[in-house]
This record gives sequence, structure tokens and C-alpha cells, in this order.
Amino acid sequence: MNVVVEHVPARRTPLRRLGRGAAGWFAPLATFAALLVAWHVATRVFDWPIWLVPSPLDVADATWEYRSLLPRQLWVTLLESLAGFGLATVVGIPLAVLIAASRFLERTIYPVLLGLNAVPKIAIAPILILWMGFGYGPKILVSFLLCVFPIVIATATGLRSTPPELVELTRSLCASQAQVFRKARFPAALPHVFVGLKVAISLAVIGAVIGEFVGASEGLGWVIVNSGANVNTSLAFAAMVLLSLMSVALFYALVGLERLLVPWARHDDV
Amino acid sequence: MRPNEFLSLVGRSGCGKSTLLRILAGLVPASAGSVEIAGEAVRGPRRDVGIMFQRPALMPWRSVVENVLLPVEILGLDRRAARREAAELLELVGLAGFERQRPWELSGGMQQRVALCRALIHQPDVLLMDEPFAALDALTREELSLELQRIWSERRTTIVFVTHGIAEAVVLSDRVAVMTPRPGRITRIVDVPVPRPRGFGGEAHEATVGAEDEVRALLFEREAA
Repeated sequence: MNVVVEHVPARRTPLRRLGRGAAGWFAPLATFAALLVAWHVATRVFDWPIWLVPSPLDVADATWEYRSLLPRQLWVTLLESLAGFGLATVVGIPLAVLIAASRFLERTIYPVLLGLNAVPKIAIAPILILWMGFGYGPKILVSFLLCVFPIVIATATGLRSTPPELVELTRSLCASQAQVFRKARFPAALPHVFVGLKVAISLAVIGAVIGEFVGASEGLGWVIVNSGANVNTSLAFAAMVLLSLMSVALFYALVGLERLLVPWARHDDV
Repeated sequence: MRPNEFLSLVGRSGCGKSTLLRILAGLVPASAGSVEIAGEAVRGPRRDVGIMFQRPALMPWRSVVENVLLPVEILGLDRRAARREAAELLELVGLAGFERQRPWELSGGMQQRVALCRALIHQPDVLLMDEPFAALDALTREELSLELQRIWSERRTTIVFVTHGIAEAVVLSDRVAVMTPRPGRITRIVDVPVPRPRGFGGEAHEATVGAEDEVRALLFEREAA
């Protein structure tokens, strides 16, 4: 009989993974450190006034000084962004399923979606506030409007690009349309879905901030507008730094979720 | 076709081998004529047909054994019996112990073995194979061909095997159907009356070389004309 000897790919050892991780973190951290130093030196050399360009130390001071205010505002903006993002996911994925399922629905839904996406969200925000008041509603809605589009596009693309063999295989087993969708099309589309979600999460934060810019009494966007009016530029910078950090953290949370749920996305040769 | 026969379809690219296979599988309708399996006309996919493609078509979100069990889930068969059957099949192709691995952790040959188990799990009467070894390297290909011969000798089913490999077709088949393009049709069916087990090299090869030459002549003669 045949002796079957085959190669099993070696697993990465924890030590090597750690080494690679450290090297992976070092470069971006060094870049940020260098930029901070350059920024600091520039403020000293050109002697810019603090209300025009605060130095990184001024921003750190402001962050400390407003340590009771900022976390609460960050929390507000985080909730608005997540609500908008969640709503966009819950609405966007079924919408993409409809679009991918039928040409007729595609022709009906797609133009509306395109038109909606073409409207500048900054222009809608004041109208939404007029309709919905100064509460969370308009912020969540702007956030939703901004991030639903990439989710729909990516998911629909994923649902359309199922490997044909998977469809033939399931169909050859007398699978119903629903079974083909559940067993093959949808799971096969998940890596695409995550591409959409990763684009959307940053837009969700931007949407919430746009909403806050136009009319709000809390949130980091509100902090920025307010501190601009009071010429407290350091505080505005502190809020911006927190916003960026939040956005990056959300992005990496999604990357982590992706590795957990679709570990095969990085092995698409099967 | 006769029951439990191993029939190969050989022909140049574009002569309709794969299309014929898809018609047999009930995936595409025939433009003329009809196909009958066990006296019933094929009008759509059937439960008693297993299929295998050039690519393994494994689902990366499923483990090896879950991939093998896919037909069981879709056809709604008894899962407990199927689990035992899956373990036996994986053992048969030398993949015992790999049940929980993910497809991407396996080599191409191993992936195609998993696909074979999946095609056999619901004990189909007919197994349709569309160039199942074409994407593998020459060594793995030969190895898997012989393995298929062994498995088929243990679990007889009717097999329709589409291939470009003349040697492979002759070694495996009871009969080799030679197809020619424009219009795609079967020109001739060559019998291979050689006792099994057969092989690829040396003496084993001498036994089948006659049929091989005949098939080759049929293929290239048409080409020249």
C-alpha cells in the first residue's frame, strides 16, 4: 500500500511571534516619537504662540487639566459612533443581501443608495438637527449615513464573488437557495464584509463628530468647537488626539474580531 | 453505462467534457437528448450523486471533518452514523488524525483527499470527477490516482472521470471515452481489459500501453484532420 508522507506547515513558535510583534510595533512608535519631537522643536524654534500652535507638552498639560471633562466626552462620542456603526451594520448587511439576491432589487435600491451617498453629510447635519433636536439622534444618524455605504458595497461584492465550485457543490447536493446562501455564499463573503466594516468604523467616528460640530452640548466634537471659540487651542488638540486614538483602537478591535471570526481571510488559496 | 463501471472522458480542452459532467450532475440542462440514472431522467441535482472538482472547493470556515460532513447536513441524513463513516473515510485516505485541522493547514493533495471523502460520505451511486487531480503536481497526482483505484476497489460506485491525462485514464478505467470538439461528441469508446491492480511504471505499464496508444491515436488523428 501507499505510504503517505506529507508536509504539515510549521506553526510559528510563540517566541518568534513575540519577536516579530516587537519589531512590528517598534517602527510606528519610533515614527510617532520622531514626529512629536519635531513638532515640539518647531514650536520652540519658530516661537509660535500657544493659542496658535501648542507644543505636545501643552497638549499633554491640557489633557491633564481637563481630566474630569475629557473621558466623559470621549464616552459620549464613542457611544454615538458605535450606535451609528451598529445601525449601519444591521441595516447594511441585509440590504446587501437583497442587492446581491436580485437584479430587480439591485436596480431599485442601488440608485437611491448612490444618491444618498452623494449628498454631503455636513450639509444634511443641520437639517437633521432641525428635525430631531440636539440629542443623540442626529449624531447617530450622520454616523450611520456615512458608514452604511462601504458596508453595503463590500458585502454585496463578497456575496457576488462566491467561488463557483462552492455554489456548484452545494447545488449538486439538492441544496435550496436558502441553504446555498447559509452554507456557502454568506460565510464566503465574510472576509469582504470585514473590509467594509474596517472602512466604516473610522467613518462612524467622523460622522458622530460632524453631528456634534453642528449642534451639541457634549462629545469631543463639541469640545473642539467650544475650545476653538475660547481660543483654548491646547484643549482642541487634546480632544483631536483622543479622537484619533479612539478611532485607531476601534479599528484594531475590528482587526482582532476579524482574526477570530474569519481566520481564513489570510489564507485565500483553499 | 454499466453499474459500478469506471468510465473516463478524455479529450482536448473545450470539447465539452466538463459540460457533459455538469449535465450528468443536473447542474445544467442538456440542449438535446437526455440523461438517465437508474432509469430516471435527470432533471436537476440528485441525492445519489457525488461530485469532485479540479479545485478541492473546501470551505475554509469548516474543519476537515465538517467539510466531509457537508453533504450530510444538506441532505438531512443521520449525523451520528455519518460521523463514523467520515472517520472511516478519512482513515481510508490516510487522513486519520487531521479531523480538526483547517483546510489551509493541509497540502493540495491532502485537500483533494478531503474532497474525495466529502464526495463519498453520502454513499452515492454515481461519482462524478472533473479533472480532480489536474491541479496537483505530477507525483501527488500519480499517488492519488493509485489511491483512487484502491478506494474504488473497496467501495464500488459508478465513476465518471474527466481528465486530460491519457495514462491516468487508462490505468483507472474500465472504458475510456474519447471526445472531440465542434460539435462536442464521444467519437469512440476504448475498452481496457486489463486486470487490476494496475500501475504506472515498468511491467504494469506494458499491460496498459496498448490501450494508451489507441486513445492517443484517436485524439491526435482527429486533431490533424
